[in-house]
Amino acid sequence: MKIHSRTLISLLVVTSLFVAIPRSARGQFDYIDISNPFLRKVPMAIPVFKSLSGSGGERPLALKMTRGITHYLEFTSYFTILDSGSYLFDPERSGITAIDINFGNWTVIGAEMLITGGVKLSGQIMELELRLFDTFKQKLIIGKRYRGPVEDQDRMIRRFCGEVILSLTGKRGFFNSRLAFVSNGTGHKEIYVCRFDGKEVHRLTYYKSISMLPDWSSDSRHLAYVSYRNGRPQIFIHRLAGGHVRSLTKPGLQITPAWRPGRAELAATLSLGGDQEIYLLTAAGKTIKRLTNSRGIDVDPTWSPDGKKVAFVSKRSGNPQIYIKDIATGRVTRLTYHGRYNTQPSWSPNGDLIAYSSMEQGQINIYVSDIEGNNPVRLTSDQGDNEAPTWSPDGSLIAFSSTRTGKSRIFVMTRYGTDQRQLIALDGEQSDPSWSPNTMQ
Amino acid sequence: MRKRMWISVALLLIVPGLILTVSCAKKAAESEPAAVEATPTPAPQPEATQPEQAAKQEQPEQSAIQAEELKAQQEARAKEAARNLFINEDIYFAFDSAALSEVAQQVLRSKADWLQENPDVTVTIEGHCDERGTAAYNLALGERRAQSAKAFLVNMGIDPARLNTISYGEERPVDPGHNEEAWAKNRRVHFTID
Repeated sequence: MKIHSRTLISLLVVTSLFVAIPRSARGQFDYIDISNPFLRKVPMAIPVFKSLSGSGGERPLALKMTRGITHYLEFTSYFTILDSGSYLFDPERSGITAIDINFGNWTVIGAEMLITGGVKLSGQIMELELRLFDTFKQKLIIGKRYRGPVEDQDRMIRRFCGEVILSLTGKRGFFNSRLAFVSNGTGHKEIYVCRFDGKEVHRLTYYKSISMLPDWSSDSRHLAYVSYRNGRPQIFIHRLAGGHVRSLTKPGLQITPAWRPGRAELAATLSLGGDQEIYLLTAAGKTIKRLTNSRGIDVDPTWSPDGKKVAFVSKRSGNPQIYIKDIATGRVTRLTYHGRYNTQPSWSPNGDLIAYSSMEQGQINIYVSDIEGNNPVRLTSDQGDNEAPTWSPDGSLIAFSSTRTGKSRIFVMTRYGTDQRQLIALDGEQSDPSWSPNTMQ
Repeated sequence: MRKRMWISVALLLIVPGLILTVSCAKKAAESEPAAVEATPTPAPQPEATQPEQAAKQEQPEQSAIQAEELKAQQEARAKEAARNLFINEDIYFAFDSAALSEVAQQVLRSKADWLQENPDVTVTIEGHCDERGTAAYNLALGERRAQSAKAFLVNMGIDPARLNTISYGEERPVDPGHNEEAWAKNRRVHFTID
């Protein structure tokens, strides 16, 4: 892939310009507490970045990057980015550092946070200074300087957005993540990959068959998925760099691959021509052990982030319900009791929640429950079928498919069900979203 | 009383046995050459008179041929119809179920008969689901439906090596509708001839 062949990474110099506010205690973040379901959006101002040398190429670049940061930070749903028409102060005409800023100009319009930036272009090398301020405390929260080739501008601002989210929430964000999904726009279900915000869509498979259920390895280098390209549903391991593809050789049905975090291992449902069970397999497709042992359907495994437990769907009680198995002890507990059709569990990256879909009165909706199965909360309602939840790598957002506009499309929302919006607009129908870890360069 | 009954039973067994011995003489010859000399074949005698008879009854013979052709055509048509019925007659399931209903079992019995009559044929049993429910679970459910049908046919004496199974889950509905009528048609097992 483009990213791997780059040798420019070394050119991208990141400097911490200033000493950030020392955190009094690790894990305490005053600004955004992501465990608060009544989260208020933080009003933020992002005035157009300043052209530092005054050269002609800097201004359009500065404008483009201002828009880029605004788009990324708005996407998080943590902020309300204030309309630039309300700004009383133009940093273009003054400085971008704390000394030059009159914070009263920003607090009076309601901005609690401010991002300023400066761009300097020399040939094809770009320097970018970015600062995040708390306007009420009149303090710098983070300041960063990036230097690199102009074409790395998007990486620079994604990296800064990651720093912003880290400093405010204690999580790394998702600005280096991607989504895999299925689209049938060509008349066949094929696997596609795009950036976390639905941009830069790239088709991965050309099998003219049925391909579905993608899942990312924890280093983001491999996708596992199911395809009928050889006539029957088989699991394929697709290395993204170079495009090498290999199928498992087991007989019978092979479905629902789920990479184990931090390891080259997968859980997957195999029937081997007989009863369907979930197995733990090596990436080469060798059986390590069988994880379920019950007659009937066992499907849809999802791993706890520490790789010690697996949640899955089983029909052992007569209808599909979600269970959790502890790999070391072998103990199985039932997670869902509400409703008669609970499938598609997805374990949150923070480990404390499981999202799943539940069918009631013929409608499928997304729920989130803690891992004891207490307090399941419905996040979607009365808007078509809502299926296949997948967590952003920081656990703040959930992507899913929905038929609310007629055809199935990929949507995203916060983990509280707020800010629901369509992510991808392509021909045909889209389904089976899978959010990658935050490991893209 | 008892003795007599035994004798009549023995006769019942012996008499057809003798008849069978005669009619199977040729077959036996293959494995036991000695038997050929011991058993003269009476077949040639009536054959010698046949040409004469044929000349005398030319007209009726022709219509007999026509009748035979007609019969052959009818048989071919019936065979074709049976084959089409085998392919086109699906079996149907309740929602989230792979259990075989009474009707499904009847249809499978006739499929077993057809498979017995066509011993060289291997088939693929496709399991399908309606659009409700979720994709992966439906792939699993579709396979269980195909396996239910296969297990029934194996119990009816069909060699499992002749019965392949595949699940298409909810991926290939026959009716694209979004109502119970369409769903009922889509929850099916379909047979194809390999």
